[in-house]
Amino acid sequence: MIIENSPVILSVKDLTANVDGSQILKGMNLEIRAGEIHAIMGPNGSGKSTFSKVLAGHPDYEVTGGEVIYQGKNLLELEPEERSREGVFLAFQYPLEIPGVSNLDFLRVAYNSKRKHQGLEELDAFDFDELVRDRLDVVKMDPAFLNRSVNEGFSGGEKKRNEILQMALLEPTLAILDETDSGLDIDALKIVANGVNQLANETNAILVITHYQRLLDYIVPDFVHVMANGKIIRSGGKDLALELEARGYDWVLEAAATGVA
Amino acid sequence: MSMSVSSLPIRSYDPDETPATAASLSAAAQKRQEYLARLLDLAQSSQPVTRWVQELRDRAVPLVQAQAFPTTRDEEWRFTDLSALLDVPLEVFRPNRVSTAAIAPFVLPEASRSRLVFVNGVYAPELSAIANLPDGLLLGDLSDLEGDARLPHYLGKQPGSEELFTALNTVGLRDAAVLLIPRNLVVETPIHLLFVSTTGETPIFTQPRCLVVAEPSSAVTLIEDFVTIGAGTYFTNPVSEIWLEENAQVNHTRLQRDSQNAYHIGKTAVSQARDSRYTCNAVSVGAGFFRHHLTVYPNGEQTETHLNGLTMIAGEQVSDTHSAIALSRPHCTARQLHKCIIDDRAHAIFNGKVFVPKTAQLTDAGQLNRNLLLSPKARIDTKPQLEIVADNVKCTHGAAVSQLDANEVFYLQSRGIDAASAQKLLVYAFAYEILNKIPLASLRQTLSEFVTAQTH
Repeated sequence: MIIENSPVILSVKDLTANVDGSQILKGMNLEIRAGEIHAIMGPNGSGKSTFSKVLAGHPDYEVTGGEVIYQGKNLLELEPEERSREGVFLAFQYPLEIPGVSNLDFLRVAYNSKRKHQGLEELDAFDFDELVRDRLDVVKMDPAFLNRSVNEGFSGGEKKRNEILQMALLEPTLAILDETDSGLDIDALKIVANGVNQLANETNAILVITHYQRLLDYIVPDFVHVMANGKIIRSGGKDLALELEARGYDWVLEAAATGVA
Repeated sequence: MSMSVSSLPIRSYDPDETPATAASLSAAAQKRQEYLARLLDLAQSSQPVTRWVQELRDRAVPLVQAQAFPTTRDEEWRFTDLSALLDVPLEVFRPNRVSTAAIAPFVLPEASRSRLVFVNGVYAPELSAIANLPDGLLLGDLSDLEGDARLPHYLGKQPGSEELFTALNTVGLRDAAVLLIPRNLVVETPIHLLFVSTTGETPIFTQPRCLVVAEPSSAVTLIEDFVTIGAGTYFTNPVSEIWLEENAQVNHTRLQRDSQNAYHIGKTAVSQARDSRYTCNAVSVGAGFFRHHLTVYPNGEQTETHLNGLTMIAGEQVSDTHSAIALSRPHCTARQLHKCIIDDRAHAIFNGKVFVPKTAQLTDAGQLNRNLLLSPKARIDTKPQLEIVADNVKCTHGAAVSQLDANEVFYLQSRGIDAASAQKLLVYAFAYEILNKIPLASLRQTLSEFVTAQTH
């Protein structure tokens, strides 16, 4: 939802970044305020996923210029775990499998690291168990998943639901969903989208990165941005996504090339 | 990769061959020969009890005398340099008492009444605990059981008994853990064989020995545990012989947690009759210098062999696993997964042979060695070696070497977990696949805690 004068959560200015020496981000500008849902779309190789990884602090991505201010702090100075504890959450396109570590233990360690950072008492196994069972409902997950190893043997849909379960526990201020819809059938997509919608409120913000307009039928964005060649070349409302679905990206790319807005 | 099936990892002994004379040897070779002679003296200094054991010992003496102390010029010792041992002046064990309290950390609650304890290779009845075992089960020290007419048929009779360090152990054979499971008995209680080394002012030479016979259709869970009290230097040369008769089942965990200054050259020889099932979970975390020679001989059809291994080393540790599965009959299954976690300047060696001769059609064999290097100076030499002559088999093998995946660390960091904790979690996850196969919960717990504490 767009709220008049709500606080700025994320402000990205002229951000440039390299991967393996080649420049992928070439001047990103984006402002996200509390309560808003933004979607970034764009062709393959446009730099969408790079942008999400730079925000989360992946060590392989080297920021070469510009700034990222998150809730008044220089985000780029923080370690990845500090960003997480400060409320930045990245739902991965390819969540990692960790055999031998139960999902429940993993979630508790993650949850408590944030509690500790906030100066709150860590939850013991018993209290945490109660909390997590309550949150399972958000993504309609079977409690049996808690005792399995993290993501091991999970289907694609189950892994993505597990990401949203983590989001439900960590209650981020800025949630970045990197192609969370890729590879999901419609039932799984609805569950994931429904989970995200339950978690969206007037104090947090959500950045959805996707290839497919289909997701935006279920997570309705306030703003849609088109990314190409390392920067945002066009922004609009949710109707822009429909137009992209109908006409493809070429007209946006051409318009940007000729300078016609 | 070489494909010769005749090259079983056994030195052949030719009685007509005379050892080189001292005069023709280099100074280094002479030092090795003198050291071996010293080891032989130390081994012979123990007093055997009965005639048949003495005869067994006597037969082993010329086997040792005919061989040379190995060097890195020997193919089987290419990456495993024993020369530092030559500077360790060894003595035989002079008994000292170990208190019950001292071994308390190693007691397994699941096996609190089925435990044999040997201190520096010598049976310690006051530390052992045997009660309420099923009728017919034989568990005790050789000196108490050597009248049993079945034992001479098995002791010292495994293939490969002529190998240098195996023969050396036999030369000094006196005490030995003996476990005989009678036909059709399924032993519910795990059997714990605890081999304690104590360290003192002088380094000692110890030779623990173990004999396990699982008669037809019997089943047992066996824990062999090599531990230390103190952090000093010693050389231990244990040998275990395990016999599985028809349709028998042995689940064997071999845990090596010796002193960081210890030399441990161990041998496990296993023979499997038809339809038998053998599992070995070999976990090695201790010793400055470690070598385990694990050989399995499936001699009948439809046997199953599972070898699971975990090596976790750091500092300057050297840890070598040489395994061989010599298949000979059709319809057998062999599976091996060996994992190494190597930190600092430690050095791991894996050489795993699987022989599939013409007589072993329809074999199903798989072998994988996975290595995790935690430091740029850590080293692994790996050689998974599948030698196939039979033409109708299903066999795979491979080795992989990796470091911690930056994407995996990042995933955990992005959930608020700091980099050091993320590393601990990922190392644990790597080890888990093997730890999870250990059948005792208490031991799984102990080792899980060790793996986590060891990662830094």
